[in-house]
Amino acid sequence: MSQPDHPPMSDPAERPERASLLSRLTNPRSQGMLVTMASSLAAVLFAFVLCGLLIWATGKNPIAAYQKMFSLGFSGDKLRETLDRSTPLILSAVAVAIGFKMNMFNIGVEGQYLLAMLVGAVVGARVHAPAVVHVAIILAAAMATGAVYAGIAAVLKVTRGVNEVISTIMLNSISTAVVAWLFDRFFRDAKGNDLNVKTKPIPSTGWMPNLAGGLNSFLFIALVVLILYWLIVFKSRFGFRLRASGANPVAARTSGISAKRMIVIAMLMSGAVAGLVGMKYTLGELHAYGQGRPEGLGFAGIAVALLGRNHPAGILPAALLFGFLDATAAGLELKGVPRSVSEVIQAVILLSVVIINEVIGRWYSRRTVARTAAALQLEGVPA
Amino acid sequence: MGELSEGAGEGDAVVLEGIEKRFPGVIANHDVNLRVRRGTIHAIVGENGAGKSTLMKTLYGMHQPDAGTIRVNGTELRFRSPSDAIAAGIGMVHQHFMLADNLTVAENVILGEEPARGGLLDLDAARRRILEIGRATGIRVRPDRLVAELGVGQRQRVEIMKVLYRGARILILDEPTAVLVPQEVDELFDNLRAMVADGATVIFISHKLDEVLKVSDDITVIRQGTTVAEVKPADVDRGRLAELMVGSELPSPEGRESEVGSDVLLSVDGLTVAGPGERPLVDHVTFEVHAAEVVGIAGVEGNGQFELCEAILGQAPSTGRVSIGGADVTRESTRRRRERGLGYIPFDRHREGLLLGAPLWENSLLGREDEARFTAGPFVAATQARADCREIIDAFTVRTPGEDVPAFALSGGNQQKLVVGREITDDPTVLLAAHPTRGVDVGAQAAIWDQIREARDGGLGLLLISADLEELIGLSDRILVMFDGQITAELDPATATPELLGSYMTGARQGVPTHQEQAS
Repeated sequence: MSQPDHPPMSDPAERPERASLLSRLTNPRSQGMLVTMASSLAAVLFAFVLCGLLIWATGKNPIAAYQKMFSLGFSGDKLRETLDRSTPLILSAVAVAIGFKMNMFNIGVEGQYLLAMLVGAVVGARVHAPAVVHVAIILAAAMATGAVYAGIAAVLKVTRGVNEVISTIMLNSISTAVVAWLFDRFFRDAKGNDLNVKTKPIPSTGWMPNLAGGLNSFLFIALVVLILYWLIVFKSRFGFRLRASGANPVAARTSGISAKRMIVIAMLMSGAVAGLVGMKYTLGELHAYGQGRPEGLGFAGIAVALLGRNHPAGILPAALLFGFLDATAAGLELKGVPRSVSEVIQAVILLSVVIINEVIGRWYSRRTVARTAAALQLEGVPA
Repeated sequence: MGELSEGAGEGDAVVLEGIEKRFPGVIANHDVNLRVRRGTIHAIVGENGAGKSTLMKTLYGMHQPDAGTIRVNGTELRFRSPSDAIAAGIGMVHQHFMLADNLTVAENVILGEEPARGGLLDLDAARRRILEIGRATGIRVRPDRLVAELGVGQRQRVEIMKVLYRGARILILDEPTAVLVPQEVDELFDNLRAMVADGATVIFISHKLDEVLKVSDDITVIRQGTTVAEVKPADVDRGRLAELMVGSELPSPEGRESEVGSDVLLSVDGLTVAGPGERPLVDHVTFEVHAAEVVGIAGVEGNGQFELCEAILGQAPSTGRVSIGGADVTRESTRRRRERGLGYIPFDRHREGLLLGAPLWENSLLGREDEARFTAGPFVAATQARADCREIIDAFTVRTPGEDVPAFALSGGNQQKLVVGREITDDPTVLLAAHPTRGVDVGAQAAIWDQIREARDGGLGLLLISADLEELIGLSDRILVMFDGQITAELDPATATPELLGSYMTGARQGVPTHQEQAS
């Protein structure tokens, strides 16, 4: 929303040498958005250039490799795969971002969705219900599992002051072990063969179907979650309190917001969304828990949330980019470049986005202060 | 470098000539000329926004001037960063303390300059050095105390020790008295004099004219980015200095157009907050605030005022009773108490009052987001919140280009006006105001006083906590003295003087030992 009536932060006519596009956009908010976008894009470009140099150093042609990636990426099947791979990344990033907005770092998404996948598959196989209801029950079970598991970290933080970074990392290890044990001991399908161990299959009423072209419909659930995230965290009063607590817990508490309550609710929400991360695989591909389950989505979500700056409008393109890199890694191989370079690109994006954001952020803060002072001086007091 | 005796014939520690500093669109300093004689206390006075801070940042190497020269001890220097300035013997004590609470004094002092022996931290060396400096300059701190346990005055001494430890012989102090009571101010001034006698040079930034007149050897006045006068304290009085500084008379906190009412709006009965030791932080405090009454709380910082406010707000576990507008709120949440009309201007606006990175309209909404006019179902009614913020900006003359500007971009005085505006725009029943005009310029101070007086005349009950004794005496109808968690006296502002208040505040009037900080 621009405010046409308010005094411009800067008047290009007064300083022709700085009449850039940025200085003409007078609303600090849209300026901030633009700067954020530009710095994220710069981070991505930087990562591509750096990895290009890496490819070149190994004696291969980076241009050709990238060309192959992109031409592959925009072919029908890879486009579908990009969207498919982005689906869990959107959810994982939202889960992490909810934590970030409350100034908490939920590294435990990995463990939360793993446990949720097992519980979802087991519940799904036992319940019999009409199609939509069945899916809803499985998703509810998965979300509840993720929320409860993340809730452990919240309770530890609120009652014992345990840092959530430590507790969620440890809970990840516990989750891996507990899931392996539960699966092996109780939920392994006796009918399965040794080469493909799984839980009992979920009946087809509990499946998320593929659309025409093979794209799994779970993408739409991810998009709905993304929109809900925007509405709840950025637009609602609850979200305002959450963000205020994250931005300055003391000021929030002084204004009457219960910090502990916010910690618990934010962590439960984050865990609930984390519970959905693996559901695309459980409901859309495997229809059970077992071999072929995904790994590392929780950590990838951290990168996506950071690149997307915790904002829905950033998370979506960031998830698409990471999905694209995953989907087109094979293109690198066709040009004799190891596909793991795709992962290197992702890692470099993560590093450069953190560094560039910090540098740009400082620059932008200084600039905002100076601009504000400037606007006031132009208004009245002559310098 | 302090040990070296400087060459003779050059009496000036710092000479700035023709300094100009531009920011995009602003000329923050222009044609600034400053001459600081070695071994003197040199005050730089000016309104907030006059360019004092910009100038000091230039001198401290935090940014580079666009024109002009800096000469330190006769040598022209160019500072690319504060480390260059530190290397030249310049140290800066910032207004907002930058100390790590969970470290000891010694650890804080050496942070970034840790003495090591065989690769290990040599805290003993640091301790010895700190005590040595303490003996030479009178800046006495106990190296092994946790900073978290220290009061404001003590923290300031740690900040000063930090720069002395780094070998600074030219100290820049940014508004050092803003947070101190008279006795602490006197102590600070004694320290400054001792440091100067020891050969150091002090550049003292302030807008408290009485203090400036009292302590400095030379005064330079800055107005609208440029140096407008250099005077000796003997040649000017307060009024003249104020004129030079703001071009007009100083505001006064006094004046009222209403009688104290009979309704009790805030009643505190036996309120006690337990402390870490045996002594409670707030010890059976009982008082009432009536309609249209200002009850002032005088006290050295750290005598329970902060905890008292927290307890009244419902932030800290306490025993005793609190009523607001006749309703017992002892067991109610902070939010519920605020809904009953309890406003709070916090001690530290950055820590307790503002979301610095958030736009102004979100800041003015904080704590009020559940009011019917700002709600649209479960959502924030952003349009109304913005409109309300614009109203606050207008009514409280917050100087800002708009409500979308992040709070950190405003000057301290304007941030404070926004906080004050947020807290009184809804006509609270009771307002807890802690240092409402701390660290703000004269214009903002006058504006805030006007708003507070107007609210009081409208029936507001005000609990005023202030280290500015003139403000306390001028605004209050009664003054309670708080010492060691207890209310130890009630004084009539009509007869109270700052000196009298001071003697109660330090406990001297009860024969209770003064609050102390002794080097071992």
